[in-house]
Amino acid sequence: MNMIVCCKQVLDPEAPPASFKIDPGSNQVVPPPGVPPVISPFDEQAVEAALRIKDSQGGKITVLSLGNKLLRDVVKKPLSMGADELVLLEDEAFEGGDSWSIAYALAMAIKKIGEFDLIFCGRQAADWDAGQVGSGIAEILGIPSVTVAKKVEAVDGKARVERVIADGYQVVEVTLPALITVSNELGEARYATLKGIMAAAKKQPTIWKPADIGVDPSQTGAAGRRTKLVKLFQPVREGKCEIIEADSPAEAAAGLAVKLREAKLI
Amino acid sequence: MAESKGVMVYGEIAEGKLASITTELLGGGRRLADESKEELLCILIGDQVGEAPQQAIASGADKVYTAEDPLLKEYQTDSYVAVMEQAVKDLSPRILLLGQTSVGRDLAPRLAFRLGASLSTDCLELSIDPDTKLLQQTRSVFGGNARAIFASESLPQIVTVRQKAMSPLEPDKSKKGEITPIKVELDPAKIRTKVIETVKEEVEGIKLEDAEAIVTGGRGIGGPEGFKQLEELAKALKGAVGASRPPCDNGWVPDTLQVGLTGKIVTPELYIAVALSGASQHLAGCSGAKNIIAINKDPEANIFKEARFGVVGDWKQLLPAFTEKVKELLAG
Repeated sequence: MNMIVCCKQVLDPEAPPASFKIDPGSNQVVPPPGVPPVISPFDEQAVEAALRIKDSQGGKITVLSLGNKLLRDVVKKPLSMGADELVLLEDEAFEGGDSWSIAYALAMAIKKIGEFDLIFCGRQAADWDAGQVGSGIAEILGIPSVTVAKKVEAVDGKARVERVIADGYQVVEVTLPALITVSNELGEARYATLKGIMAAAKKQPTIWKPADIGVDPSQTGAAGRRTKLVKLFQPVREGKCEIIEADSPAEAAAGLAVKLREAKLI
Repeated sequence: MAESKGVMVYGEIAEGKLASITTELLGGGRRLADESKEELLCILIGDQVGEAPQQAIASGADKVYTAEDPLLKEYQTDSYVAVMEQAVKDLSPRILLLGQTSVGRDLAPRLAFRLGASLSTDCLELSIDPDTKLLQQTRSVFGGNARAIFASESLPQIVTVRQKAMSPLEPDKSKKGEITPIKVELDPAKIRTKVIETVKEEVEGIKLEDAEAIVTGGRGIGGPEGFKQLEELAKALKGAVGASRPPCDNGWVPDTLQVGLTGKIVTPELYIAVALSGASQHLAGCSGAKNIIAINKDPEANIFKEARFGVVGDWKQLLPAFTEKVKELLAG
């Protein structure tokens, strides 16, 4: 089973909300000081989905990341979890892309990798939350996609996927090759092992530039965008909470209930 | 292709009726169509669309297009994208609205890529720019920490809209509109997925989305036992129990209880958040609540910034007394 997992390096979504800042001049987020970037958590779970298949029936996992000046400690994490190869699409020209230009570059890189049975992506990236790139790659490659998976098994040349829906889940069978996007319901991604970290340290990623994957410069990064970012801003929070205080927890709790009654909320 | 015009809503049908997201989109779409003096179209896809076309007209649509075929009984990416691709090419809407639902999340990106069109997902607000006439698409980004406004010159301008972000119109049954069936030609061999089974994981009692009072627990609840206490309070309030992501990820409660960016979007009158910090991705699911009440031991917790009333302290000490007093007040 040949598997490819797309992993995005993002600002840590678990950074304290108070540290989140935007530079209005450039319409960009200011990286919080002292908080290193991470692999987008849904993408880590996509790695986990691939590893579970590798555990049960063997296979090879190639991880694909796109960006510029990617931090090796960050993008190598899937290797330390158990993935086999790392390909980086790394160049200035890949910066500033939207779902269109990113999916296009990733699809072209996947074509270059060549053999694959399953491609995994996170359901959405923890920065822009668009949830488009996975479906976009599948469309460009002309393969079927199943999104928002919580369980993936490969059986008899097909994948059996549990797809999360509002009131439960659907069991969907899909022919291979296919692209699956993975949701947090899959369960936690495994930790890197010490052995894995040491093996990952020795592995050198393959680095491809736009010309290596044959992408047209006019379709790459910021030049390939189809949506224009007009404005990025932080919603205003009013922050007018009335804290109920009392001598004991029981009195504070009862005081809160009385407050809710006075405000006609109960 | 003909000149693009009109606002189109992709309609969803739930249990034979127009889904609430669709009446919301028709409300929002009506406003956009009126602003640009265009028609509001609605497309309905399924094995049988039943009374949904009439409901769509009463809810604001001028024209309804229906695609009925046994192969469309269940949503599947390949079949639905094929029908939508043809419909959009034939009808050339300038704007296409879908819901940010299980179906919309899957259908919209695949359709946009097939059409070579732009897409903004999970939009909270839509307006027409008076100068450029382009759709200004405000969406939540960075886990709810920020908002971004996007615009695109490629047509149609496709967006998915968050549930409950728009208001439906009061249904007007006297409103007239056209209903046109569209021809569906599907090749079963080109549908590469098969739905084996649909498993409902409904919890007993009031659905989260419909509840006027919700008691939500976070990581600090510590285990499934604690949620029993939240249930007791929810029951007293005739409401429902929700959870932030950690209790779902840890298996303390079913995943279907998750409120947040990737879970349910709720807008109750009363939202009691117990032992949850208020991560942005959680607030994305509950910030539409009219009144948020916070119980948390950390006075700096983000949830207090969203709350109207709060108590700082250990929920284990606070909740029994709170529930008791609530019951007493409701009985009296």
